[in-house]
Amino acid sequence: MVTKETATKRTTLMNVLWDIQRKRRFISRDDMKKISSEFNISMIELEGVISFYHFFHLSDAGKYTIYLNCSTISQHKDYQDVKKAFQDELGILIGNVTQDKLFGFFKTSCIGLSDQESSALINFYPFTNLTPSKVKNIISKLKQGHSLESLSDFPKDNIQYTPKEEGKTIFFKKYNKGEGLKKLIALNQVEVIDLVKKSKLSGRGGAFFPTGMKWQFCKDNESDQKYIICNADEGEPGTFKDRALLNQYPGLLIEGMTIAGYAVGATEGTIYLRAEYLFLKNKIEKTIKEFNKDGLLGKNILGIEGFNFEVTIHMGAGAYVCGEETALIASMEGKRGEPTTKEYFPVEKGYLGKPTVVNNVETLCAVPRILEMGLDNYLKIGTNATPGTKLLSVSGDCDKPGVYEIEWGMKLKDFLKLTGAKDTQMVLFNGFSGEFLSEVDFDREISGENLLAEHIQFTFEDPIEYSQKMSGVGLRSGGSFMIFNKERDLISILKNITKFFVAESCGICVPCRTGNFLLNKKINKIMLCHADKDDLDEIKEWSTIIKQSSRCGLGKTSTNCLLTAMLKFPGEFQKCLLAESDINQSFDLEKSTEIYDSIIHEIESSYE
Amino acid sequence: MNNLINITIDGKKFQVHEGKNLVDAAKENGVYIPTLCHFHEVNPPLGTCRICTVIVNGKTTTSCTTKVYEGMKVEINTPELLNTRKAIIEMLFAEGNHFCPSCEKSGHCDMQNLSYDMGITNTRFPHVYSNKVIDFTSDRMIMESNRCILCKRCVEEIKTNDGKNVFSFVSRGVKTRVRIDYNEEAKLTDSQAMHAMNLCPVGAILIKGMIYEQPFGNRKYDIVGKDKDVHVIDRFKKRQDENKFIVATTSLAGCFGCHMSLLDIDTEILDVLEIVEFNKSPLTDIKKFSKRCDVGLIEGGCANSENIEVLKEFRKKCDILIGFGECAIMGGIPAMRNFVPLKECLEEAYINGLTSEIGANIIPNHEDIPKLLNNVYPCNEIVKIDYFIPGCPPSAKHIWKVIKNILLNEEYSIAHEEFKYD
Ligand SMILES: Cc1cc2nc3c(=O)[nH]c(=O)nc-3n(C[C@H](O)[C@H](O)[C@H](O)COP(=O)(O)O)c2cc1C
Ligand code: SF4
Ligand code: SF4
Ligand code: SF4
Ligand code: FES
Repeated sequence: MVTKETATKRTTLMNVLWDIQRKRRFISRDDMKKISSEFNISMIELEGVISFYHFFHLSDAGKYTIYLNCSTISQHKDYQDVKKAFQDELGILIGNVTQDKLFGFFKTSCIGLSDQESSALINFYPFTNLTPSKVKNIISKLKQGHSLESLSDFPKDNIQYTPKEEGKTIFFKKYNKGEGLKKLIALNQVEVIDLVKKSKLSGRGGAFFPTGMKWQFCKDNESDQKYIICNADEGEPGTFKDRALLNQYPGLLIEGMTIAGYAVGATEGTIYLRAEYLFLKNKIEKTIKEFNKDGLLGKNILGIEGFNFEVTIHMGAGAYVCGEETALIASMEGKRGEPTTKEYFPVEKGYLGKPTVVNNVETLCAVPRILEMGLDNYLKIGTNATPGTKLLSVSGDCDKPGVYEIEWGMKLKDFLKLTGAKDTQMVLFNGFSGEFLSEVDFDREISGENLLAEHIQFTFEDPIEYSQKMSGVGLRSGGSFMIFNKERDLISILKNITKFFVAESCGICVPCRTGNFLLNKKINKIMLCHADKDDLDEIKEWSTIIKQSSRCGLGKTSTNCLLTAMLKFPGEFQKCLLAESDINQSFDLEKSTEIYDSIIHEIESSYE
Repeated sequence: MNNLINITIDGKKFQVHEGKNLVDAAKENGVYIPTLCHFHEVNPPLGTCRICTVIVNGKTTTSCTTKVYEGMKVEINTPELLNTRKAIIEMLFAEGNHFCPSCEKSGHCDMQNLSYDMGITNTRFPHVYSNKVIDFTSDRMIMESNRCILCKRCVEEIKTNDGKNVFSFVSRGVKTRVRIDYNEEAKLTDSQAMHAMNLCPVGAILIKGMIYEQPFGNRKYDIVGKDKDVHVIDRFKKRQDENKFIVATTSLAGCFGCHMSLLDIDTEILDVLEIVEFNKSPLTDIKKFSKRCDVGLIEGGCANSENIEVLKEFRKKCDILIGFGECAIMGGIPAMRNFVPLKECLEEAYINGLTSEIGANIIPNHEDIPKLLNNVYPCNEIVKIDYFIPGCPPSAKHIWKVIKNILLNEEYSIAHEEFKYD
């Protein structure tokens, strides 16, 4: 029976699982028995939770658990060689554990280090810019007993650019603790929300929902308890700008959350930090402590009577879908990270059924800055629909990968120049759930101006019509910006993308769960030159069906890349199409009788 | 709750009760929206199956999770939406391993009924054929994962008296399965267990010994059903002359049951012969094509190398290919071996099986014996199939009706009874 007490207790389940996972490298049946009786849930429900998360293991994952990033950018750097080096050094194939249980070697989706690939996590210590010789060194040192801490590379922030004009930088400038927060002394709840509304700040997690409006809804919902959650799951491949913010300005984030709490009437805040960023946890915790000590968190903050706010950290455990706000809440509640049907939005019924604001790290960090610099100064920066600046995480084929703070309104081609990209074939804008941009888009500006309704964007059949209709339309991104030069093969990138969605789909609804799996097979067919025109038509049809009928944003956007790539780079898909045929040309009789042949071979050789 | 509000469905205006969900509100007004995971007891609704996808104010959404509101504009039966909903069911068939002719739930199954209703004869998606277990461990209950559509009904609804879940989703993505907690399951009363079986919209949860409580013929969906129109393909040039139509038939990996059924029209075969001449077919014992054929009838799927060659030859020699019977369309009974290692299959058949001679130790092989394929495939995964006649076997009348209509290029509709299993 779910009561208030059991629900609250259940929120600690992930922590308990993490403790055991870290201590023992897996969660055994015996541990599970104890936990299930402790939490009063059935064994199978517990197994359901554990098996949902990539980083929880049901069998020994090795004293040193290695996760190598297998996502596109890493593939384009040294993934294959690095993988081989690990395999050679350890004597096991990826996905396995050495016999002495010393090392486990697994692949994982983007770990937020695309600016320093190839990268890996070993027991969640980051290792960047890996090469085969570096791998060799790491493994031999580990075997000699060196500590992970001494061997690991603390990731650089790689902040490459901030606006050149005086006063236009918002995030990456000097931070004085409490400066933004202190402005609250002169503002009441309504005034704060009003200010955020007027700033036109909108969700930087990628959905761009107006932040002021979100806070207003939450404030208007009466409740004895409300929550602020900072979405630091940063799972979209190619995004790492939140990593830089968390590392450089944890205080700014805490202020942002506290201001949100003040505005909507919440007293508890949680940072949902992706497991891949465990290396940032200490620093954030330390900052929280300092804030408590300085009276910037805790009770009667800034001496304002009744203004109480606490911040805690909740660790994720490896699930991209947990970046989706309702899945994130389910995960915090100690459940499988499945998105809800949106009967209610989090601002109505969120964490533990109470009104909850979920905001991205960048969104929350912007708020104290706006307070600090004043609304008027803020509105002078950027464009009309999108004032201010935007953080972009740049990776791929360019001279200067890293984090860029740019004023909204910059032309795409100018931005590309900044990054030192040459021979650019395409840009994957907004991550794997975003879209492919080609030369026809390079004159467009990065802003929220003149946007079209989302479903219109995907109705274009004709590239020329597309470029005419879209030329004046702004481009918005949650932060991922991957650049690919003319040597890169689009189809293999698409394969990496569909594979990602196959691995990350939560499995609740069939279009996303199996649709993406089937699309992945279709892409294989194209790669092997077994496809014909019918296959391309089917890819389009299936992609649209997945988009229309999936339950959450993951499924709805999982085919965006594919659809935009087909529109903009039709030639890449037609490179090795077969003539249309009534016979499935990918069926290979010889391959399909391999097992039989080997059985017969085995029998025959046993006669001799 | 009793406030009436105005909504528009497919251009027609309706008054509905405020606060209801769209499925129920539409139903009260005689408008049907297909559903699968939705059932009245659960609130909030599950929203897992996506069958009830409609367009509300220009955006696609599911109607079981959407509450009606004033001024709402709903589109339900646009050609695109009909196609999307059909595709979702087809995808469920491709994802699971559904062999209706041997399924205990047939006639009681919500998914089977929906597919009859939507006129689904095959799936446009290639079968995934993933290995899913049938779990007999529990004393009372069988979990047949091959058929589970992950609707989540059992997970949300079936709890022990002390509030623990008996079922849970395990893993994620394509690997997601529903599993039973044996200890908790043992705590259920018999009627709770029966409730679980009846709750499952497909044949995934079965109670040992209770499966045939209600005999075939008396089941929930045995009487209902509508006629379905099938779109006619004009691959085929209408004959002007007096020549007969040439038909070829073959049985690949099937049991010849479909061919038996073909002959079941008794003396009417004489009428058929008025307009039809058989070429290559087991009925005529003609082994080789001697001319181009108008229609090729395929029974059975592809289990070995010879099946593949014959099927490809049929595709080349026939204008229209018709797959008839479950095995041709879905792989059918032979495809059940897809989940057992090939070696085990052979050993069971030739060495360990009850019917093999004592002391037998030879798995026959010779270059003249066709090689078994790694998997058994439905015909349309090897060549393009133009029409499908489902059934196990389809009735003779039905088969000939379809063929006649195709030959004469006429629109036709299939009555529900003709089109049914069991
Ligand atoms: C599949 C999926 C993954 C998401 N991942 C993230 C994420 O990693 N970080 C994030 O801030 N928002 C993510 N979002 C968006 C969140 O659902 C939510 O809109 C956001 O956290 C709200 O904060 P904002 O309004 O400040 O952007 C994701 C959404 C979906 C559908
Ligand atoms: S769209 Fe994908 S991730 Fe979202 S609910 Fe469906 S299966 Fe889960
Ligand atoms: S559950 Fe049984 S009756 Fe229903 S579709 Fe599957 S195989 Fe057919
Ligand atoms: S076992 Fe049946 S009720 Fe449970 S999720 Fe599967 S299909 Fe639904
Ligand atoms: S009936 Fe609406 S999603 Fe299943």
